[in-house]
Amino acid sequence: MPSRVKVINVSKNFDDVIALKNVSLEVKKGDVFFIIGSSGSGKSTLLRCINRLENVSSGDIWIEEDLVTGPKANIRLIREETGMVFQSFNLFPHLTVIENITLAPRIVKKTDPKEAEENARILLKRVGLSDKEKAYPEQLSGGQQQRVAIARALAMNPKVILFDEPTSALDPEMTKEVLDVMLDLAKEGMTMIVVSHEMGFAKAAATKVVYMDDAEVIEMGTPDEIFNHPKKERTQRFLKNVLRA
Amino acid sequence: MAKINIKTKIEITDGVLIPGRDDASLFSAWRIAFYGAIFMLILLPVLSPKPYWDLLKFVPDGILRTFQVTILSIFFALVIGLIIGLGRISRNVFINRISTVYVEVIRGIPLLVQLFYIYYALAKFVRISDITSAVIAIAICYGAYISEIFRAGIQSIPKGQMEAALALGFTRTQAIFRIVLPQTLKVVLPPIGNEFIALLKDSSLVSILAVSDLLRRGREFASTSFDYFETYTMIAIIYLILTLFFSRLVAIMEERMKTDAKQS
Repeated sequence: MPSRVKVINVSKNFDDVIALKNVSLEVKKGDVFFIIGSSGSGKSTLLRCINRLENVSSGDIWIEEDLVTGPKANIRLIREETGMVFQSFNLFPHLTVIENITLAPRIVKKTDPKEAEENARILLKRVGLSDKEKAYPEQLSGGQQQRVAIARALAMNPKVILFDEPTSALDPEMTKEVLDVMLDLAKEGMTMIVVSHEMGFAKAAATKVVYMDDAEVIEMGTPDEIFNHPKKERTQRFLKNVLRA
Repeated sequence: MAKINIKTKIEITDGVLIPGRDDASLFSAWRIAFYGAIFMLILLPVLSPKPYWDLLKFVPDGILRTFQVTILSIFFALVIGLIIGLGRISRNVFINRISTVYVEVIRGIPLLVQLFYIYYALAKFVRISDITSAVIAIAICYGAYISEIFRAGIQSIPKGQMEAALALGFTRTQAIFRIVLPQTLKVVLPPIGNEFIALLKDSSLVSILAVSDLLRRGREFASTSFDYFETYTMIAIIYLILTLFFSRLVAIMEERMKTDAKQS
């Protein structure tokens, strides 16, 4: 399997705070790559370095043949290739659902408006919101908004989608509808990097799990290895704490 | 020293009071002032047509000139304000610094001095007509104030909006014009309405440059009839009616935006 995203020895400092310390990992095509760990462990920063919302302090990140971290990197192209789904959805409130989905293809990719709309309708059907295309974000529930946000990311036809705690702002019912959509994507072979606290979902959908603590990768492996046979003591302690909760 | 916790925030605008919905009573301050002024506007000429009625026939082209100066000035002030406001949030240090210095300098000089400067001082190099000078001076001055409104408006939009746009591949410029600015419209319109009213009042300063606006026409009238008291009473009433009328308009606009936001 060719690798989709390769993170090599990446470190990141914010002034005197170390956010990432020598992080290396490899995401293969079709992987559902889970990053778990307590808050402040650098998970979100790592995601934001992959699409260059943040710049790394040292190390390299590759998306296939494109060096993300290079000084000559085509940042726009990299962002076209990496969809991102945020904890707070970040839909554009002044645009309807369908406009939210079609704007980036139209402006960034110069897709024909008709074509962009047809594609958006297909995506809305996929996330189960065909009847909401004319609605504004504030008329939707949180779960619906997040599903629109996923459709919006999909509309750019990305090589990988980064999920930054996609269900943390949702109550359990809505969490399920979002996770269902993500599960469908995983089954269809979408490459996904997911920062999440949904351990049950990680067990069910992940192909690989990374546990991060204190800006470092502590342990990496299959869901079975991490959840059922964690080797490191810190991983064991973390899992005991979250699974008991 | 103990840290003082300030809980009260004082908000004062330099424009007229914008009446809110809770001010719906029959005898609200706005109604008393507005209808009182209209009543006087009618009553005075009826009671003593000699100076008042003659004056009312004399000033309408002054009112038009006041409108002309106000509308041209606010138009250019908005253009300048948007450009400088964007400059203030620019990450280009040079552009950012220039915009900030512009705001600091212009806000530190009285409008009247700026008017004199452009009309009289710059006459040493270029001859600019009185109305053009007036519009340039007011637009430059109000542009600085309005740029602060745009800056604050843009900064009031959550950071996640810009990030979501960037993550989709928009450039910063595209994100600002497509995503951020459209959302600021609702936030900036009421304060800009306020600036419009303040500008309407400040436009009376141009009468000093021989621009025949409302105040200037009054002065011209009084200088031949010597009815200073009657003339300036009437001029004040007319200004009051104009500003109160527009303040109401701004309030209605603000109200409509709120209900729009609820509906959509």
